[in-house]
Amino acid sequence: MLLSVENLKVSYGGIRALHGISFQVDEGEIVCIIGANGAGKSTTLRAISRLIPAEPGSKMTYMGKDLFDYPADKVVSELGISHVPEGRRLFGNLTVMENLKLATFARKDGKEIERDLELVFSLFPRLAERQTQKAGTLSGGEQQMLAVGRALMSGRKMMLLDEPSMGLAPVLMMSLFDALRDINKEGTTILLVEQNARMALQFAQRGYVLETGSIVLEGTSEELADNPEVKKAYLGG
Amino acid sequence: MGRRLKIVIFSLVGVTLVVAFIFLASGMSPASFFQHLLNALQWGSFYALIALGYSMVYGVLMLFNFAHGDIFMVGAYIGWGIATGLVALGMRGILPLPNWLILVLTILLAMFFTSFVGMLVERVGYRPLREAPRASAAITGLMIGIILETGNLALLGAQRRNFPSLIKTQTYHLGPVTVTNVKIMIVFLSLLLMFGLHQFVRRTKWGMAMRAMAYDFVVVPLMGVPMNTIAALTFGLGSALAAAAGIFFGIAYPVLEPYMGILVGWKAFVAAILGGRGSILGAALAGFLLGFIEIFVAAIFPSTLRDVIAYSIILLILTFRPHGFFGEPYSARLRL
Ligand SMILES: Nc1ncnc2c1ncn2[C@@H]1O[C@H](COP(=O)(O)OP(=O)(O)OP(=O)(O)O)[C@@H](O)[C@H]1O
Ligand SMILES: [Mg+2]
Repeated sequence: MLLSVENLKVSYGGIRALHGISFQVDEGEIVCIIGANGAGKSTTLRAISRLIPAEPGSKMTYMGKDLFDYPADKVVSELGISHVPEGRRLFGNLTVMENLKLATFARKDGKEIERDLELVFSLFPRLAERQTQKAGTLSGGEQQMLAVGRALMSGRKMMLLDEPSMGLAPVLMMSLFDALRDINKEGTTILLVEQNARMALQFAQRGYVLETGSIVLEGTSEELADNPEVKKAYLGG
Repeated sequence: MGRRLKIVIFSLVGVTLVVAFIFLASGMSPASFFQHLLNALQWGSFYALIALGYSMVYGVLMLFNFAHGDIFMVGAYIGWGIATGLVALGMRGILPLPNWLILVLTILLAMFFTSFVGMLVERVGYRPLREAPRASAAITGLMIGIILETGNLALLGAQRRNFPSLIKTQTYHLGPVTVTNVKIMIVFLSLLLMFGLHQFVRRTKWGMAMRAMAYDFVVVPLMGVPMNTIAALTFGLGSALAAAAGIFFGIAYPVLEPYMGILVGWKAFVAAILGGRGSILGAALAGFLLGFIEIFVAAIFPSTLRDVIAYSIILLILTFRPHGFFGEPYSARLRL
């Protein structure tokens, strides 16, 4: 087991957003968490990345290590868990290349960095063409490519993805998920959270359903896609 | 590149126009005009160097370090201590160094040590308050300033200190205009430091991290960047520049006292606002502009009216450009 989350509880200023959720991700897997607006999907990823604190009693281990021993930057630089945040959050004042370079801030493996950069450019040739352009001036699709590319540069073991499909036209979305599949084939474990349940269940092998801070269902993607409740609530009938 | 170039050209044209206007309006002779211009360059160097620290810290951490003027004072005193010590060692024949080397060592060591003072201020004063309301941080800054002033008073007493004169002042006459080697050196070194800072922020990964933090604070850790290191670095750099300003000030006006940082600090703060919070180029330009305005107002009007008139002008500019010259449009901080 690569990542294990047990009884994760998170509150924002006294209001509970996660009521003690548990789930696992195995090495090499693609796992998704689906849920409606405000279910707590982003909160889950932020807690794993240690961007927000969890309540006592929460357990998170990664390769047997206690995640709570690592501050946010070390989760990336030492454990290799990258995070594509909700809304992309690129540094619009930096160029495409600078965004990618910044993600390697703590890395010392120069050769590997070069290789990863080549991988990013081969997955997203558009980024190679726009290296010197300010990230803030990219189109929405290009921004999402850069957000994923930047995450790849920061760490390769595992990638947390927060609604990468948001705001993308269907064609772009397809090619983005193709690239993500390639990334997974190269050995990166993926945990995806999505409102777009159809897309997520096509892409992932397993999934969890999150409803107002609790996991209510889990199973393989096929099981979830066939589940009448999931169909009704998330797949439009 | 295109935008930056435009900004630089715009600034240069703007500065030239202001200077030309002042020249024509004042009805000075060209010689005395140039004399004042040189003085203004030196005077502006102090403001610019200090304003950079205000602006950088604001850009990266979104707080005004109101103790910054006092860090300038501390830098001047550290420089004084080093210079005096080295001179004394030389007189006793223990470590005889040429004066120019003492000067270089004083500048470098004082910048180095003062940067640690700045990092300490960040660590104990501001870091615990990062999630607190901004007003708490502002009040803390004012208190740290008072502690630095009175701490100095307690440590060294109320008597003023004289900065040792390390360079023999040489005066050059270019026609009716006189220039001293000290003035040239101060202006030159100030510009050099500003250029160095600019290159650091543009070209190094630490500078890149600073710029990223200025844009979007919260997701910076997701890049594997240790935010506290960058925060400390920002304070360290700003404090080092303030120390340089303190030493240059000590060389130009060789009397140091514990409250010397207050007024200069506030004025440099005004320059930082005028330049546009977080803008390095803006802070430098506004620092020089402030120097020009003060010197020329004093040259034209009675000197008791200097600050009233000078800062009324600034107020007027800010009425029309509330975000300063290069205020960034995205300075509203993004949240999770
Ligand atoms: N910074 C915050 N401060 C206070 N409450 C928050 C904050 N972020 C999220 N919440 C609350 O926590 C709950 C879960 O939010 P979260 O962002 O994790 O939902 P989500 O599943 O990602 O939703 P969406 O699909 O809209 O992105 C919501 O009720 C939300 O209002
Ligand atoms: Mg979300």
